[in-house]
Amino acid sequence: MTAHTTTRRTDIGGAFPGLRRRRRSRVEQLVEAFLFLSAAVGVLTTAGIVLVLATETAGFFALVSPIDYLTGTVWSASIQPYQFGVLPLITSTLLVAVIALVLAVPVGLLAAVYLAEYASDRVRNTIKPALETIAGIPTIVLGFFAINFLTPVILQPLVPGLGGFSALAAGVVVGLLITPLVASLSDDALRAVPRALREGAYAMGATRFEVSRKVVLPAALSGVMAAVILAMSRAVGETMAVVLAAGTNPNLTLDPRESVQTMTAFIVQISLGDTPQDSIQFKALFAVGATLFAITLGLNVLSNRIVARYRNVYR
Amino acid sequence: MRRRLAGTVFYAACIAAISLTLLALLLLLLDVLSRGLGHLDPDFLSGVPSRRPARAGIMPAILGSLYLGLIVAVVTFPIGVAAGIFLEEYTKDSFLNRLLRTNISNLAGVPSIIYGIFGLALFVRALNLGETLLAGALTLSLLILPVVIIATMEALRAVPASQREAAHALGATRWQAIKGAVLPAAAPGILTGIVLSMARAIGETAPLILIGAVTFVTYAPNPVEGGYTVLPIQIFQWASRPQAEFQEIAASAILVLLALMFALNALALFLRVRLSRHLQW
Repeated sequence: MTAHTTTRRTDIGGAFPGLRRRRRSRVEQLVEAFLFLSAAVGVLTTAGIVLVLATETAGFFALVSPIDYLTGTVWSASIQPYQFGVLPLITSTLLVAVIALVLAVPVGLLAAVYLAEYASDRVRNTIKPALETIAGIPTIVLGFFAINFLTPVILQPLVPGLGGFSALAAGVVVGLLITPLVASLSDDALRAVPRALREGAYAMGATRFEVSRKVVLPAALSGVMAAVILAMSRAVGETMAVVLAAGTNPNLTLDPRESVQTMTAFIVQISLGDTPQDSIQFKALFAVGATLFAITLGLNVLSNRIVARYRNVYR
Repeated sequence: MRRRLAGTVFYAACIAAISLTLLALLLLLLDVLSRGLGHLDPDFLSGVPSRRPARAGIMPAILGSLYLGLIVAVVTFPIGVAAGIFLEEYTKDSFLNRLLRTNISNLAGVPSIIYGIFGLALFVRALNLGETLLAGALTLSLLILPVVIIATMEALRAVPASQREAAHALGATRWQAIKGAVLPAAAPGILTGIVLSMARAIGETAPLILIGAVTFVTYAPNPVEGGYTVLPIQIFQWASRPQAEFQEIAASAILVLLALMFALNALALFLRVRLSRHLQW
């Protein structure tokens, strides 16, 4: 028995050295092929998204000239005469995003400085998960909070003339949504600043505030910028909170008290109704989707570029 | 003296910023609890939607969300983990690998509603699945995939190189080393990532609106046939109605959704603690 086993082992390992290795390598090849195909699903998804948006948008542009679409100031998809000037949707989207950033950037940045420069490890390990809980709340819940609590209880007493749906309420709730993102990414950037820089400043007699403001923040500035741009991209693409809080009124205005319709809200409005799938409204949905995709992709690429550059600074 | 005062003011501002954010979270939870607890009884959980809010229930939505989470996990687990292994363990510095990585990180930043548009074109129309739970789940799987891949890559990166080297020294091939040494060590991190992305899928609303998640469903959903609804869609439908009663049952449904997500998060934490107990490097 023992001898037999030994012979067998020798057979594979010695007399036929190629046999086992070849069988093994076929398994390896199959596995590697499966792994590669899985990794390629992502590329196929990207290609698919671009293809779908491009072809359907081309169909829309056969009916509405791209120049009218990009420069028109009236969006009227459900009331005749139909007009498809996308500017009201874009300005509404940016209005909501800017209000969100005006709130989230200072609050998130202060929170990040506290986490990175002041908090002990114990405090940090309690507060950071608590902040990230907010990022995990489904955005539909934040929309519910906006119309049931934020608008009637907090905003309406403060801002006279504020309606039930407004760009302001949407901006505030999206600001709450992206604050953890700004805080978390800025915290990472601040903590990546080498300790030696801080110690040098402390040795010169600087206070903790001075070290944070004059040494750490400038050193981490590009990382913070990348975080802010990513947060903006998130705010532009946010859907459910904005649909509930801002309403569906395609309105070319910069007045935050008014009800507006963002790009995402228009997409939702068309897909909720019984709009026929070959109608011009449904084609407009794809064109707005393509516009939204282009804007968020541009912001994400910009943010990645900044991160890639800043990584080289301290290496 | 002035320098110290500036420092104190700044510190106070930092504390205020964090308190304000956490206060908003607290207010949100209190508001939903105070509105929603009243309706949260067995009849609500086992009932079906109704035009009259007092009689409405969310059984079809709960089942829809559970099926959805399950399908998403089953689809994304093999593909996401395999893609993560390829990107982290194979041909790490090739042009192809860098392209795939950049693509994954860009996909993670695409708004969820764009996935809805793509899912509508691919699963509902081209593959002819119709506006079904399966089409919705496959759409969300594409949305979640980058998250699972990134979580897998991070878990693999945390495994020390010595584990791989030891396996290679014993004569293991690349795949044998991954299967025998690296994956078991990375399993807690990978599983945690998958459970957390399930929670994310269950909370998604926007893409499913494009995949025709019908809001008035009075029966348990069939994944491949007929209308379906899920908790976030049901919440959206009730929350868009002006009547206060509908807002209240929307709050009750939010409590169920949050409880489900909390349970998944607790499960993820449990898995990480439990499975990594025997790992020692």
